[in-house]
Amino acid sequence: MGEGNVLEISGLNVEFSTERGRLKALRDVDLTIPRGAIVGVVGESGCGKSTMINSIIGLLAHNASVTAGSIVFEGSDLLQKSERELRDIRGNRISMVFQDPMTALNPVLSIGTQMIDIQYRDPINAEQKKARSIDMLKRVGIPDPGSRLDNYPHQFSGGMRQRIAIAMALQAEPALLIADEPTTALDATLEVQIIHRLRDLQHSMGCSILFISHHLGVIAELCDTVIVMYGGEVVERGSVRDIFHRPSHPYTEKLLECDPARIAETTRSLPTIPGEVPDLANLSRGCIFAERCDKSVDVCRQQAPVDREVGDHHWARCHLCGDQAR
Amino acid sequence: MWLYFFKRVLLGVLIVLVAVSLLYSMIHLVPGDPVKTVLGPRASPELQAQIREKMGLNDPLPVQIVKFIGRVAQGDLGEDVFKRKSVNIIVFEQLPHTIYLVLAGIGWAMLVGIPLGCLSAIYRNSIIDRIAGILSVSCIAIPTFVVALYSVLVFAVTLKWLPAIGAGDGESLRSYLVHLILPAFAVGLGWVGYLARLVRASMLEVMGENHVRTARAFGLPERTIVFKYVLRLAILPTITLIGMSIGILLSSAVFTEIVFARPGIGRLIYDAVTSRNYPVVMGSVLVTTVLFVVSTTIADLVNALVDPRLRTDK
Amino acid sequence: MSGDLEMPKATQMPGTWQIFLGSLKRVVREPLGAMGLVLVVFVLVSALGATWLSPYEPNKIDIKAKLQPPSAEHILGTDQLGRDTFSRVLVGGQIALKVSLISIGLALIIGLTLGLIAGFGPRWLDNSLMLLFDSVRSFPTVMFALAVVTLFGPSLTTVMIVVIVTQIPIYGRMVRSQTLALKDAEFILAERAIGAGFFRIIGMHILPNVVGPLLILASMDIPFVITIEAGLSFLGMGVRPPTPSWGTILNDGYSYIYNTPWPVIAGGIPVILTTLGFTFLGESLRDVFDPKLRKEI
Repeated sequence: MGEGNVLEISGLNVEFSTERGRLKALRDVDLTIPRGAIVGVVGESGCGKSTMINSIIGLLAHNASVTAGSIVFEGSDLLQKSERELRDIRGNRISMVFQDPMTALNPVLSIGTQMIDIQYRDPINAEQKKARSIDMLKRVGIPDPGSRLDNYPHQFSGGMRQRIAIAMALQAEPALLIADEPTTALDATLEVQIIHRLRDLQHSMGCSILFISHHLGVIAELCDTVIVMYGGEVVERGSVRDIFHRPSHPYTEKLLECDPARIAETTRSLPTIPGEVPDLANLSRGCIFAERCDKSVDVCRQQAPVDREVGDHHWARCHLCGDQAR
Repeated sequence: MWLYFFKRVLLGVLIVLVAVSLLYSMIHLVPGDPVKTVLGPRASPELQAQIREKMGLNDPLPVQIVKFIGRVAQGDLGEDVFKRKSVNIIVFEQLPHTIYLVLAGIGWAMLVGIPLGCLSAIYRNSIIDRIAGILSVSCIAIPTFVVALYSVLVFAVTLKWLPAIGAGDGESLRSYLVHLILPAFAVGLGWVGYLARLVRASMLEVMGENHVRTARAFGLPERTIVFKYVLRLAILPTITLIGMSIGILLSSAVFTEIVFARPGIGRLIYDAVTSRNYPVVMGSVLVTTVLFVVSTTIADLVNALVDPRLRTDK
Repeated sequence: MSGDLEMPKATQMPGTWQIFLGSLKRVVREPLGAMGLVLVVFVLVSALGATWLSPYEPNKIDIKAKLQPPSAEHILGTDQLGRDTFSRVLVGGQIALKVSLISIGLALIIGLTLGLIAGFGPRWLDNSLMLLFDSVRSFPTVMFALAVVTLFGPSLTTVMIVVIVTQIPIYGRMVRSQTLALKDAEFILAERAIGAGFFRIIGMHILPNVVGPLLILASMDIPFVITIEAGLSFLGMGVRPPTPSWGTILNDGYSYIYNTPWPVIAGGIPVILTTLGFTFLGESLRDVFDPKLRKEI
């Protein structure tokens, strides 16, 4: 385990047992999060982001099983831990912020109750817990936090609720914050505010962030390194510069091409990637992206590619990239 | 939201009016002289003439209905022809006994049914859950009066642990309560099943919601999650269900009172039916129907009150 | 993605018979469904064959043999008039099933018709019908039955009429909501655009969607109606003596409960078995047909 790494996922494979057979949701996933870094995850729905997150915090569904790999967090493998040990880590060393602020909080309990409840592990008294919550709310930009502690979630707007969620997540000063599309449900101006707030907090606290989003602009602004996921695999990973300026995997190239924010001229129709996401229960032998790739050749359909180095700490899983295999 | 309240209450009132009209009009469906129908075969001619006058049976039907509703609204439910007592008094004298029975029944059903539903949800698909499921369905299926009969057979006749007849010696509270045990058991048994199933389904639904996922992601202990975060929400549909089922409860109470020879509306109606005493029957049915409509209306209103605030966006 | 036009398996519509068999298999797979089916078949067979299976005439009086416990001659013992309880139970079952199937059948047909009328008809008609339904439903059924019996005298016919009237709203409401939901659906509008007749629309689109839920409602209703009939007969308001009904058997038995428990036991068990059987079956039918659970057929 690298010295400065908070999280190292190596060769993670996760499968689901369903009526249609075994669904290979994640295949040979590698991910490294250095201390104090912000790592972005980009991908369409169904690419396996949620499964990966659930594997990290140990909240996979009953029909899911990890068939190979390790998730090393602060020196120990999370996959080997008991439920009690994991519960100790959740909300404490690893926190989460979810996508939908409208349904993420319990509607019949005040936010104060919820924020104080999650501090149950700490040996400080109720007054101190309350003070800590109020301080955290102030830091995320909730006005007049002292009196608002008794309010219920529905008395806050979506943007405020997401700030509260971030406050809850950072309250315990975790080593890793996982943000699952935290700004997808918010409008653009709110998004900017939240992102800046998040970045400031991260600087002052020094925690690492795993930031999932399909909003490329935000990823570009916020993250240090990026991984691109497709159909359960990490197809490319590297620094933000490398991914955005020197994309190697055809999928990454297409993603950048199709991002509405990058399109220079006004046009009547936006570019899309033709085809559909693959059926994870019936995988072919070849590359996961081969069917939709306009650069694919025969070997792409016959053999699954391995990770190839295309630059300094820049890897792509494609037959047509780079010269050295891993 | 106030508009909804108003409309709902208005609907309730409308339903009661139509029901009352139906109830009253049925007298005229019977072939023959309506007065004889109301009074039964034993009434004297003078009494017949009196009632005919009072009830305005010579007026056209809609007028009769309106007049009747007017009387009911003022609290006059007619007169018992045999005892010359106001039906009002007779019914409300007996009503408390039935209400105690219904409350006792639903009370014990909640004490057993709700925890059972909780356990089934927490240990879903385990052996406990499956057995509880079959037991719940069985409780719902078996008719109350059969349960009443069998409990008399087992506990009163065979084991002689509990009394079978009556409501006690009329003096002590203890005697009243002891006589309430078996009847309440019979009335409540079906409800244990309903409640267990409802609480289970409701809890499973809440447990699948996003905020529970959040609570788990923050490592809250399972016990806290279940009791503080889930149950509080899951219990809401239960309250409204109870409100809506007063009607069924009243029917079960009728049978139970008869089997146990307890005083109450059930007993009252039974005796009135056998003696063809329609005013008493009509009065009792009216009161129970109004109770039913009131409780369902309240249940609907509570539901609406609680719902929009919580179910913001799904 | 294959290039040919062969229809993938999943989109081929299975025939009605396959759906029926498939559902039956799924019902039996669950313990609840299997138990229910066995009980229902048992009850149906004994009811249908009551006349042949009864060892005695159900109304044959034999005072010398009164209130006997079960024995070789009388499998379930005798009642206070020496009549064979077993025979009475069998015939009582026949009556119970006859009453429930006829009443529910009629209520279903009338309810279906009214529901269609409410769904397709003008708003005022819909509102009036719904108000009527709600009002009828606001009477606790037993109370209503008692009121009717007071006026018209006790008889099996009275009971059946009460049952039909109180159950119509259940089916009516369901058909109405389905009709309303489908009335403006696109495929209906498309059908009407090509000039499809009223009855064709009902027959081809509304009815198939309604049949499943109707059957489930009906199967859940049977135990309720059997309970009503038994209950009212128990009170002396239904079947007229000497005709046997599970309710009258229980009533007779109850008067003599301190002498012998057997008539009560014998009268109650068929009620319990029947209500359990139909309820179990109805529950598992509902589980099988619940669209939320149904993923593929």
